Amino acid sequence: MIGYTLRRLVQAAVVLLGLTVLVFALEHMIPGNLARAILGPRAGPAEIAAFDRLNGLERPVVSQYLTFLSHVLHGNLGYSYRLNQSVDSLVAHELPNDLILVGIALLLALAISIPLGVAQAVRRNRVLDHVATGVSFLLYSMPSYWLGLLLIAGLAIGVHVFPPEAPQAVSPAGVLADPRALVLPVVTLTLVNVALFARYMRSAAVDTLAQDYVRLARAKGLPARMVLWRHVLGNSLVPVVTLLGLSVPAVLTTGLVVEYVFNFPGLGLTYYNAAVNADYPVELGITVIVGIATVLGSLLADLAYAVLDPRVRYD
Amino acid sequence: MTETVRGTRPGEDARPVAGTGLGHRAPDPGGTAPAPVALTAEESDVLRTAEAEPRRGRRRSFAAAFVENRTGVAGLGVVVTVAAFCFLGPLVYHSDQVHANIALTNLAPGAGHPLGTDANGFDILGRLMVGGQSALEISLAVALVATCFGALWGAVSGYTGGAIDAVMMRIVDVVIAVPAIFLLIYLATVFRPTVPLLIVVLSLLSWLGPARLVRGEALSLRTREFVDAVRAAGGRSSRIVGRHILPNALGTISVNATFQVADAIIILATLSFLGFGLPPPAVSWGGMLSQGTTYLLDGYWWEVYPAGLIVMVTVVAFNFIGDGLRDTLDARLRER
Repeated sequence: MIGYTLRRLVQAAVVLLGLTVLVFALEHMIPGNLARAILGPRAGPAEIAAFDRLNGLERPVVSQYLTFLSHVLHGNLGYSYRLNQSVDSLVAHELPNDLILVGIALLLALAISIPLGVAQAVRRNRVLDHVATGVSFLLYSMPSYWLGLLLIAGLAIGVHVFPPEAPQAVSPAGVLADPRALVLPVVTLTLVNVALFARYMRSAAVDTLAQDYVRLARAKGLPARMVLWRHVLGNSLVPVVTLLGLSVPAVLTTGLVVEYVFNFPGLGLTYYNAAVNADYPVELGITVIVGIATVLGSLLADLAYAVLDPRVRYD
Repeated sequence: MTETVRGTRPGEDARPVAGTGLGHRAPDPGGTAPAPVALTAEESDVLRTAEAEPRRGRRRSFAAAFVENRTGVAGLGVVVTVAAFCFLGPLVYHSDQVHANIALTNLAPGAGHPLGTDANGFDILGRLMVGGQSALEISLAVALVATCFGALWGAVSGYTGGAIDAVMMRIVDVVIAVPAIFLLIYLATVFRPTVPLLIVVLSLLSWLGPARLVRGEALSLRTREFVDAVRAAGGRSSRIVGRHILPNALGTISVNATFQVADAIIILATLSFLGFGLPPPAVSWGGMLSQGTTYLLDGYWWEVYPAGLIVMVTVVAFNFIGDGLRDTLDARLRER
């Protein structure tokens, strides 16, 4: 286990290093020169030379990369010239809002999809199973913004139950203080995730139900509910834990779209605005954060899997 | 895992490849027969017919089995209909999608405009057709390019193993670490999106899934006897990968390719909804939706729902085909 953990940690570190190379390459992909892109068309040669010197752009690429890497390692993600603010302070400011939105949605999605998946597996090929499979298929097949728009059209414009816009407060406390406005974005993100998780939960539970120990538990006369709780549920959760870790990119993608649709003040919306304003440092800084989150997610998924299922040993 | 791969190639039963055929045979326990080294063309022909004869009666062709899968056929029907609507529709139903007409803005569905017009006076029905053309072209191309490249990458990585495998897979890990939409938006702000550029960029971000999938298949296939046989017969690695590993993983690959099309349509629609797709005058379903939502409060439903529905229907249809293909492959494996 220790050996596996160490190897997996080294692997994650290598991938993170690769990520910094990728982001560095993306930054240098900007056609023309960076100084021109940031200072604008009116900057003279003297200003451009000064900018290059200030940012070390006249040095060799490898040396520039090492500087970039050292910055990232020290938590310096760059500087937004549009917002006149460092990217790390921007991230520190927006990230709590995202954690609220994504956290609530993920908890709700798990609370719905775990019992739903087990129920589907137990009543396989019955009405509930078909309906649930059909609905998750539909949810899975629609762009998440389309779901958000349908909810806005129905519950915000059709019947005025919820506001069409997310809370507009800047602080996490302010966001939480407006729960009614939080409903539609959270519901959108939850439904998309339920569609994903329920499918996996169902197939995991179907697999577990076919195991010999479940048959044994039934044969020795355990009540059906006990079999479900003690034997089926726990064992079916193992793949879902992995799925949770691996779903980080999907959740972040949906998060970006949902934040745009509902104008939710989070990193996704900041990324969108940065893209509209060609604010490259903000885009790249958030890309680094998103990449780190994904790598950590898959690392935790693998480690959790090894802990939860002692049979799993990678040598 | 291995079992899902074998014989899953469409039309394989009619003409099995020599290497694949050998793989199905149980190793000779007595060792009396020499290892299948360098079969003459005649010998392998004998093997082929011997292999193919009993199976032909027992197993139906892949197409015949797929036709019995109702959801798969329904999906295929819808895709063909949508494709005909997008590519043949404009031949029958003429509409001007180039010149804005202020006199015709936001008309409700009625005579002359079955689905009404949008804020620029473009006919919605005709616009759906034109928007669908780029969506289908790009997503099919992306699925093709990404699947071919990813499958090759995964097969080479899994078959070679060792340090090369580790390096190749870490590269996949790195690119997969950044969700595609973030990279796509960034690249769309740096470069001006065109159809070829979108195909290249989307492919660059979509080959990772097939690469991982095929690597998994290759890892189990490389230990099989027919691979040993080819190696013993002096077959080079390139031949093993190209003629044996990849064809055997074709079932998995083709199912995945279908889902790739669906994913590409969604991500493309998302990109153009966010405003980072093909710039005007190009038409896209996502762009239509994005423009239509401006008028959601005014009750101009025809500017929102048709575009949203056609995206959803097309994606559902491709997912149906993928599910149908997978079910057919699984069912055929049980039959054997």
